[in-house]
Amino acid sequence: MPPNELFPAEETLSIVRKSSPHDSARLHVRGAAPYIDDILEPTGTLHIAPGLSTLACGKLLSLDLRKVLEAPGVVCVLTAADIPGANDVSHGLGDDPVFADKDVSFAGQVLFAVVARTRDEARRAAKLAHVDIEPGKPLLTIEDALAENALVLPDYDFAHGDAKAALNLADKKLEGMLRIGGQEHFYLEGQAALAVPGEADEMQVHSSTQDPTELQHVVARVLARPDAFVTVETRRMGGAFGGKETQAAQTAVIAALGARKTGQPCKLRLDRDDDFYMTGKRHDFRADWAVGFDAKGNVSAYDVSLNARCGFSVDLSPGVVDRAMFHAANCYYLPTSAIRSKRLRTNTVSATAFRGFGGPQGMLAIERVMDAIAHETGLDPLDVRKANLHREGADTTPYGMKTEDADVLATLINRLETSSDYRTRRAAIARHNAQSPIIRKGLALTPIQFGISFTLIHMNQAGALVHVYQDGSVHLNHGGTEMGQGLFTKVAQVVAEEFGIPLDWVRITATNTAKVPNASPTAASSGSDLNSMAARIAAGTIKARMIAFAVEEYGVPADRISFRDGIVYIGNTTVPFPELAKKCRQGRIQLSHAGYYKTPKIAWDREARKGRPFLYFAYGAACSEVAIDTLTGEMKVTRVDILHDVGRSINPALDKGQIEGGFVQGMGWLTTEELVFDGKGVLRTHAPSTYKIPVASDVPEDFRVALLDEPSREATIYRSKAVGEPPLMLAISVYSAILDALHSIAPGHQVPLDAPATPERILMAADALSKLA
Amino acid sequence: MRSVIRFMFRGAPVEVSGFAPHTTLLDWLRLLARATGTKEGCGEGDCGACTVAMARVQNGKAAFLPVNACILLLGQCDGAEIVTVEDLANGGSLHPMQEAMVAHHGSQCGFCTPGIVMSLFTLYHEGQRPVSRNAVCDALAGNLCRCTGYRPILDAALDVCATPTLDHYSNSAERVAAITGLDDGGDVFAGDDQGFFAAPASEDALADLYLRHPEANLVGGATDFGLSVTKGLAEPRKIIWLGRVCGLDESTTSATELSLGSGMRLADAAPLLARLHPDLGEVMRRFGSAQVRASGTVGGNIANASPIGDLAPCLIALGASIELRRGAGTRQLALEDFFIAYKQQDRQQGEYLRRIIVPRPLPEHSLHIFKISKRFDEDISAVLAAFRFTLDGKRVVAARIGFGGVAGVPARARKTEIVCAGLDLSNEASWAAALDTLDQDFTPIDDMRASADYRRLVARNLLRKALMEARGGKLSQTRLQMQGWSNAAE
Repeated sequence: MPPNELFPAEETLSIVRKSSPHDSARLHVRGAAPYIDDILEPTGTLHIAPGLSTLACGKLLSLDLRKVLEAPGVVCVLTAADIPGANDVSHGLGDDPVFADKDVSFAGQVLFAVVARTRDEARRAAKLAHVDIEPGKPLLTIEDALAENALVLPDYDFAHGDAKAALNLADKKLEGMLRIGGQEHFYLEGQAALAVPGEADEMQVHSSTQDPTELQHVVARVLARPDAFVTVETRRMGGAFGGKETQAAQTAVIAALGARKTGQPCKLRLDRDDDFYMTGKRHDFRADWAVGFDAKGNVSAYDVSLNARCGFSVDLSPGVVDRAMFHAANCYYLPTSAIRSKRLRTNTVSATAFRGFGGPQGMLAIERVMDAIAHETGLDPLDVRKANLHREGADTTPYGMKTEDADVLATLINRLETSSDYRTRRAAIARHNAQSPIIRKGLALTPIQFGISFTLIHMNQAGALVHVYQDGSVHLNHGGTEMGQGLFTKVAQVVAEEFGIPLDWVRITATNTAKVPNASPTAASSGSDLNSMAARIAAGTIKARMIAFAVEEYGVPADRISFRDGIVYIGNTTVPFPELAKKCRQGRIQLSHAGYYKTPKIAWDREARKGRPFLYFAYGAACSEVAIDTLTGEMKVTRVDILHDVGRSINPALDKGQIEGGFVQGMGWLTTEELVFDGKGVLRTHAPSTYKIPVASDVPEDFRVALLDEPSREATIYRSKAVGEPPLMLAISVYSAILDALHSIAPGHQVPLDAPATPERILMAADALSKLA
Repeated sequence: MRSVIRFMFRGAPVEVSGFAPHTTLLDWLRLLARATGTKEGCGEGDCGACTVAMARVQNGKAAFLPVNACILLLGQCDGAEIVTVEDLANGGSLHPMQEAMVAHHGSQCGFCTPGIVMSLFTLYHEGQRPVSRNAVCDALAGNLCRCTGYRPILDAALDVCATPTLDHYSNSAERVAAITGLDDGGDVFAGDDQGFFAAPASEDALADLYLRHPEANLVGGATDFGLSVTKGLAEPRKIIWLGRVCGLDESTTSATELSLGSGMRLADAAPLLARLHPDLGEVMRRFGSAQVRASGTVGGNIANASPIGDLAPCLIALGASIELRRGAGTRQLALEDFFIAYKQQDRQQGEYLRRIIVPRPLPEHSLHIFKISKRFDEDISAVLAAFRFTLDGKRVVAARIGFGGVAGVPARARKTEIVCAGLDLSNEASWAAALDTLDQDFTPIDDMRASADYRRLVARNLLRKALMEARGGKLSQTRLQMQGWSNAAE
């Protein structure tokens, strides 16, 4: 369908395409936007602190909480015995206990919780427990789990052609192993929930969650009440990044249990260290790969085993590891491929969703391989990448879906190559490195192709609720959550555009399971695609009723009625929008509608390994330049150029914010953010003093970000594309540029560098290479 | 003797008594004053979400300092005005910094935003113009944002700081009068002999009080002590805060040395140290964050005796000594002799650190200091190495080498120093003996910041780098970056 049949002509748009500020921006800057801990507490609110296991593995022999109960201010304690329903916060498999009962599965697992008058009293009392655990032998590393074949789920793979045979026939062959570190979300607002008990076991939960609907189910299951007794509300999160999809549940459930037991409102806001210990992170992976190729860098075979450390329970690992597999080829055509995976069980916190959801790990592995091929053949890494891009006739992914618009990425890469001055800078860097033994520079241009849709097909649906009041103001509600990405702003823009009213006539309201039920989590970059569409359908339905009413009332045909700037143009008459709303009410026209949308075209048969899991792909590329100190391993990113495909942007400023923020977060993942577990499985980097996310000075001064601004070829909302996750993977260019800088020390040799590329890893690689040079 | 603490809040003086000595400003704000605009992100002074401005009178003007409210003790607010994010808008209109943050799309989730606005508010009021991008980065080194990638925030700051300071805090006569009026110049003692927050006003009062309560905690800026409260859940009964001791925060300079009072804030010491040598300026620029430097003191960093404090190894290489006082008596000793073992010092009961005496580098000295950390800014050093070579042409006559991060205490590499004496800088092959000797000086620690192997290799490489630099050559050949304090906002 051509765009003008679905959406109004571009020149008529007045609200979408505009860089409206975030709807809460003016509240943010005044400290007037309330987060969970800022909500005015109801009288009698009690406070909770969790008690954690310090051992990674063992049998819980006894839990003596007498001293805890005697501590000042303590009202009661909560243990597994206090749970009326299921002791489980998982989203279905029953393997994520609220409180460890018999088995302790990781250091940081919650054993009990204390309810006290103040948070300070609860925290102090939680330290007084006497815990007796018979220690077991923990499985901590990927190697530990591989040795025992300890799995949370069976292995899964898909293949295209006969990679094994092709590897044997290839002119050249390389094998390698890449370790890819995990990542802590470090949302600035830690996990927090306030549970307020209601009549007859009703429970109202304010939670900082990306998934109010699932939280509602989990709270209901733990409290053994029907879903309809539980209402979850989320106005905003202070950051989430996937870390509040399933991981918000435990905090909220504990608050609800406290409220159920005491009959008083209960709040749990995790201390930052507890948050680090208790909640899941990005999966770390070990990718074992082999690639066959020719002297021109054309890949003929790729075989990769993606070994993911899933932690002690399943959580979202099925989707995460599947997505790593879906992105194992990134944007490259692999004539033959074998994409394998292992979902390893370890005595560490269960790994979870994190922006990119496995995609970054799958993509990093093959980008590492592209650089390996370049180093082996002596070709420029960009030429190797370009030689292998999807193209007409060579556009099938390893899972059988065709890349229908591969030309978009090819064009994008060429434009970025020119605008970033890649070739000239490549030559300048070679000259610099020839004269600079200690400080080496590196350059890399890496592309991304990221599939958009939940790969669990049933999740690709959304609802929205729109009311028009008789003064013309509009109440907007939908199942998406606001975590800073600007979703609420974008959806409001779409609704305001539909009604032709100023943006500030649309009142954005908190996500609430009582208003829009059965929503999907705000995840998979889908927030705007799904919820904007549902909201537009709701608003469009109301608008159609208003038009039908106006046709009757004014005797004007529908095609001569239009809504603009708060005015309804009805033939030669103009009626202010509020006035028409009032007339509609008097004319008994329903001014409220629940809109619903489900993504078309998609299907995925996991058993048959066939289908079209994604509606479309989002594309992008980044060119990064770095300098490294080969005597210390210090690294500085000196320039970044990004060209990214967001389709036609609904709000260019918000999209640019996602691109820049995602890139910097990805840069952190691949450089300074290192999760260090000690030999007993205790996380040693459990606070910002030891876990280092990027600060302002890590962002290059020369940071050029541009939007491709080509309409999506699918019928997405206003021809825009999803932007939440894809930009994170643009940061692979930084890692690749570090490889390039290191490679200059001993050209022709492979660079031994795992991720994250900390100063320590860079120095050790430089030291090893300088012994070869 | 005053038994209450006094500070300005929301335009009026506030008096507080009967508070637990370890009460933090953030708890007072959020739980008692119900001012929830200021956020807690980490509770350890690393993320900056709790940043507020503390106004004190300096040189007759109100100076606005950024502080982390989460680890600042409430008692440390005595004699100051506390300005929080809720104060900035004037009537219905946003502060220029707030407007710019909105206009540049500088907030996404918004949780770090109040702290960022307050850090930038203090930068705006430093009044230095023009403000460089590096200066903004330095002002924000202690503010973590996980959403934006910082670019729009930097643009907002640069935009506003391109204009002169003009807001409802600019005209400070009234404010100066109000803040000055809080202080009676006398000692503060809130509590009783069993538990107190004390802020003596003179050294005599301090010496006397500490002799009577040698088990009390001496607190400079509380940038480390605060964590023992928020993370260690300590409930210290007796706290003596040094922030009001007259003269303890002063410096004196002579042709041969610089003397820093132990109570001097790191932010005030930084420019003085930077003038001794640009490398010291760079260490101070990267020292903690603007918030940590605004609260933390020179004496606190040294007397804490942490193996990872950045000042001690630098000052050891410079040949610094310290002066301690107990009762009426004082004594001096070499800085390196103060450190005995991990967090253990040569300090007697009731004895406190008075001042640090730093000899000025001489023309024949060649000084090279390196701070190596996982992240450049606001990170604890994996290795801090400071080298002072005494040169005679291309020959090293003597060396003083201070290291942090490689042993349980900041320490001298004495064996290496001996081997360095006599080195020929023009003959790189002859350096091997010195490089090899470093291993005999230390057994580096192995932790989550860096492995022992990495520390050992870096230490060796830094000695090599220092010798290369001493030989002569452009710093751009040996350093990734070298901004120095001069570019940073003072």
